[in-house]
This record gives sequence, C-alpha cells and structure tokens, in this order.
Amino acid sequence: MDKTYNNKAWLLVIPVFLLVAISAIIPIMTVVNYSVQDTFGNNQFFWAGTEWFEDVLNSERFWDALGRNVLFSFIILSIEIPLGIAIALAMPKKGPWVPVCLVLMALPLLIPWNVVGTIWQIFGRADIGLLGHTLDSIGINYNYTANVFDAWVTIIVMDVWHWTSLVVLLCYAGLVSIPEAYYQAARIDGASRWSVFRFIQLPKMRGVLIIAFLLRFMDSFMIYTEPFVLTGGGPGNSTTFMSIDLVKQAIGQFDLGPAAAMSLIYQLIVLLVCYVFFTVMSNVGAEKPEQGVED
Amino acid sequence: MAKITLDKLAHSYLPHPKSDADFALKELDYEWEDGGAYALLGPSGCGKTTLLNIISGLLVPSKGNILFGGQDVTHLQPEERNIAQVFQFPVIYDTMTVRQNLEFPLVNRRVPKDEIDKRVHDMIGVLDLADKADRKARGLTADEKQKISLGRGLVRYDVNAILFDEPLTVIDPHMKWQLRTKLKDLHRQLGHTMIYVTHDQTEALTFADKVVVMYDGEVVQIGTPEELFDEPAHTFVGYFIGSPGMNILASNVKGNIARIGQHEIELSHHYRALGASAELGIRPEFVKLESGNKGLPVTVNAVEDIGRFKIVRASLEGQEINAVLPEGAPVPAEPNISFETARINVYENSHLVRKSA
Repeated sequence: MDKTYNNKAWLLVIPVFLLVAISAIIPIMTVVNYSVQDTFGNNQFFWAGTEWFEDVLNSERFWDALGRNVLFSFIILSIEIPLGIAIALAMPKKGPWVPVCLVLMALPLLIPWNVVGTIWQIFGRADIGLLGHTLDSIGINYNYTANVFDAWVTIIVMDVWHWTSLVVLLCYAGLVSIPEAYYQAARIDGASRWSVFRFIQLPKMRGVLIIAFLLRFMDSFMIYTEPFVLTGGGPGNSTTFMSIDLVKQAIGQFDLGPAAAMSLIYQLIVLLVCYVFFTVMSNVGAEKPEQGVED
Repeated sequence: MAKITLDKLAHSYLPHPKSDADFALKELDYEWEDGGAYALLGPSGCGKTTLLNIISGLLVPSKGNILFGGQDVTHLQPEERNIAQVFQFPVIYDTMTVRQNLEFPLVNRRVPKDEIDKRVHDMIGVLDLADKADRKARGLTADEKQKISLGRGLVRYDVNAILFDEPLTVIDPHMKWQLRTKLKDLHRQLGHTMIYVTHDQTEALTFADKVVVMYDGEVVQIGTPEELFDEPAHTFVGYFIGSPGMNILASNVKGNIARIGQHEIELSHHYRALGASAELGIRPEFVKLESGNKGLPVTVNAVEDIGRFKIVRASLEGQEINAVLPEGAPVPAEPNISFETARINVYENSHLVRKSA
C-alpha cells in the first residue's frame, strides 16, 4: 500500500514543538551552555569544558547535600508508603463516610508548598506557636532553628502531613477496585486478615504503589520550599538539600557554571533512580510471559 | 458432604416486608439430597443468586432456616459452614503458583504437611494441571484459573457443598463444554453435593441430576431434565426450557376436548371443566405440519433454517405457534397442523393440570 505524504501535517506539529521548545529544550540548552563555560560580566564567556562538572563532583558540599537528599527521601518513603497503605485500609469502602474521608484526605493536597511551610513554621514556634509553646511548657526543649534533629523532624512531619494523603488516595483507588468475590473466596478458604492483605490486597495494589512510590520519590528528592521557609537550610547546613544549595549557588553567589553543572547532575540522578525503581518494581512479582501461555 | 434442607426459607431485602411481592425469595421448603448435582435455573432477577447467597452464608434469610446434614447453619458465617464456592470470574491468588493456590485452604486449616502434599498432588492430577503446577497462577488461561478455584474447594475432602455462581461466564465457548464435562466427571468421582447457578438451560440440563427452575422468587419446578421437557409444571418452565420454547395456546377445555376458536382438539385424558385461564402446552417438536384437510389451518409467517432443523413460525387463530421440521422437509403452501395427542399438556392459571382419568 502506498503511503500518502502530506507535508501540511508539519503545520499541526509546529505549535507543540514551539511549546516544548520554549518550556523544555531552550531552558535546558541554556543550562548546558552555562555548564561548559565560565561567565563574566558583560556577557563574556570562556570555554571551560568539563571543569565545572569535575569541581562539583569533587566538592564535599555537593556530596553532603546529596547525602541529605537520599536520607530524606528514604525516611519519607519508609514513612509515607506504609502509613498511606494503613490509612487506605482503614477507610470505609462504602456508606456516607466515604466522601467525608476522601475530602479530608484531599485537603492537604490543595495547600501550596510555601503555605504549608509557613503554617508549620508558626505552629512550631516556641513563643507564639501552638505546638512549640505546648512542647515548651511540658518541658521538651523543641527549637527547630537551633537543633538539627528538631529541624529534620519538623520538615519530615510537614511532608508526611502534606503528602501521605496522596499515597492514601492512590491505594484507596486500588483497594476499591478489588471485586467482592476475592474477599468472599478468602473467607471460604479460611484466610487470616494478614493473608488477605498479603495475597489479595497487596498484589492488587502493586500498580498504584509503583506510581505512589515514584511520585513520592521524585517529589521528596526535589524538596525545597519546606526547609527554605522554615530555616532557609539551617541550622548550619543541616537542611541544605541539593535544591537549596543550587539556588544559593546560582542566585546567591552567581556561580552560574558550577550551578548549571550541578543541576544537570541532579537531573541525571533523578532520571536514573526513577528508571531503576520503575524497572525493578514492575518486575517484582510479575510473571515473565512464557511462550504460549498468555491469555 | 451433606444433605441440604431449606426449612420454610424466605428472604426479603426490605426490613419489613408486607405483601408477597416484597419477597425476593418466596417461601421454600425442600430437601436436597447428599451428593446430588442441582442446578438453579432462571432468568436474571428470579432469586437464584439470593438463594445461593443464603446457602453460602453471605445472606441471613428473613424467615426460616437452612440445615446442612440436619445441623442448623442459618446464622453461621461462610467460613464456618465448610462450603466451597466457584465465582462468576476466576478468583485466584495472583502471586502464588498453582500448587500454592491449592495448598492455601489446607494451610489455613492447619492440615499436616504430608497430608497437604498428598491431597494437592492428587488434585493437580485430577484437574490435569500437572505440567503447570509450579507456574504462577496469573499467567494461566481463564478456564485453567477456574479449575484452580474449583480445586481449592475440592482439596477439602469434607466440604458440605460446592456452589457455582455462573462459573462459565468468562470461558470461551469451545472450552465451556470441556469444563462442564470435567465438572460432571468430578461430581461422579468425588460425590460432593453441588449447586450450580445459571441462566443457561444447556448448562443446567447437562450438569444437573435435578434442575430447580426459578421464576419471580419462586421455585416453579424441581425435576430431571426429562421431566422439565415432557411435563413442565408451569408455562414458564415450558417456555424457558427448550429452543424454541413450548407453544402455549389459550383454549377452552372440557372433558377430553379442547377448543381453539371453532376448532376442536382431542386430548388424551379427561379434564374437569377449566376456567377461562386454561391453556394448552405443546412442544414445537410434537407439532406436525402437513398439507391437506387434516388438522387446523395456520398461516406461516416465517421459516428459520438453523441447519439441523427448520423452525416454522405460524399463527393459529391469531395465536403464535412454532413447529420444528426436520431438515429437508418441505413447508406446505397451505399447511394444516396437528399435535401428538399424548404430548399435549393442559394448564390452568399457568400451572399444570395433572392428567386424571
């Protein structure tokens, strides 16, 4: 069969192409441009090659920030995923309380990052904040601006408060799609509550859990607003995550070259980790299709 | 294995049912034999699933009791009733292998390990799944999965009953027959009491020793496939069983003569004078279509040739009547019909009037 060639089709693609160019390609190429040159005033550029990348990779500052990011994402995932599953399991499956629960769960998701930061910043202050003052008056010395541990706990609690409901909603969607017959069959087979979870609910939630895991990883790995609003990266450098460090370098110190190199490395790490997670998680428990058995 | 007794059982989904119409299941009082294969047959909404749920323990009936082997189980939970159920679509544990699926109900009941191995090994043989025993269950075809969910019931040797809720719905047509034969085999080998819900008459008639035909919340007839064919107790059964269903003709019956319009039909028995609701029931298989003066004149509306035989759709005095003709038999131009006298059933208020001298 002859294919019909019609060059007018390009006209239809151009708007999308322009949009992607403006929103993604041009900005990223600008960053690439900065990362391989040394920039001086008056728009004077000197070729620097891979020098900035070597500098970044050899700096302790970068590795420290990366370490904080990894630790933070690890803590966030290991709290939010199990907690999200637990809350989703506890939510009613039918009845008048379903919409109430869903709306309550959706509420934190509607609040912008910096507002969440401000809420918790004030909430935790020892002089006027409800939480800070209460803790202070019962004798717990809680101070996120001076104590590293307190600052971390505050940021983690903020994130858990803000984003666990995303995991809950995703898991809930997975749970309600399980047909009633599975539960009936499990009862007839004499399965325990744990078996029902392990062999019915968890396998049926696999798909949504992969998505929840990836979303929460990416989002926690690019954490910025919460520590920025709370302590601006302090106390010391204890909550200076990669994004905060990046902004400090690029806009605070105007070290455009190292900042550009760092942001590209940052991007590569996110891409790589997401790819690995996705590949691993889609293969866990998935039967490799054997020839002739696919239905 | 157990005899199942339905003791004045009725169910309504309303909290305070008043009239008969409020009941999804009208009063039933039956005893089903131990080891029997029963099919619950009826159209959607006739109450067959309600009855199945009462037997399995998912529903507690509003009235009456249900007994397994003489023991009252009306208020027991499904897991306490020792039954097995095969659902409309296959329910398997995705992450387990075929073998683990079959072991699961036994492991949960803390059966000793070597006993589990023996039973599961036997069951895998019976189900013809030996070459797939250690494969993940999720990769199997729908009929293999359905065999696994059946097997999970059968490995428990002492189940009181195995319930099937339209188990062949998602099975490919050419596999349905095979799986049905397998079921029949297993029933013969293992002798469990089996209850099979379906709206497909072929499934019901081939599977069951006794077919329970339900209509509008009532059991209208319990009988062998022959009984349902030869002497339907209710015009609904006549119409529902058979393809095409029984012809039902409004008629005037007195003694051994039935009148349709000005025509007279001789009956094999004498009947008392029946009211205006009297009807004749005759299977299309026993309607003869001939030319000539014998019989009743009809107008042919359509002829459907479905391969093995022809269905002639005609009208007699304004009433529709179907006749089945052997393949190749000519359809006369101005046909008359006649009935096999012994095959005519007489109904009053839709219920069969028993033949009496």
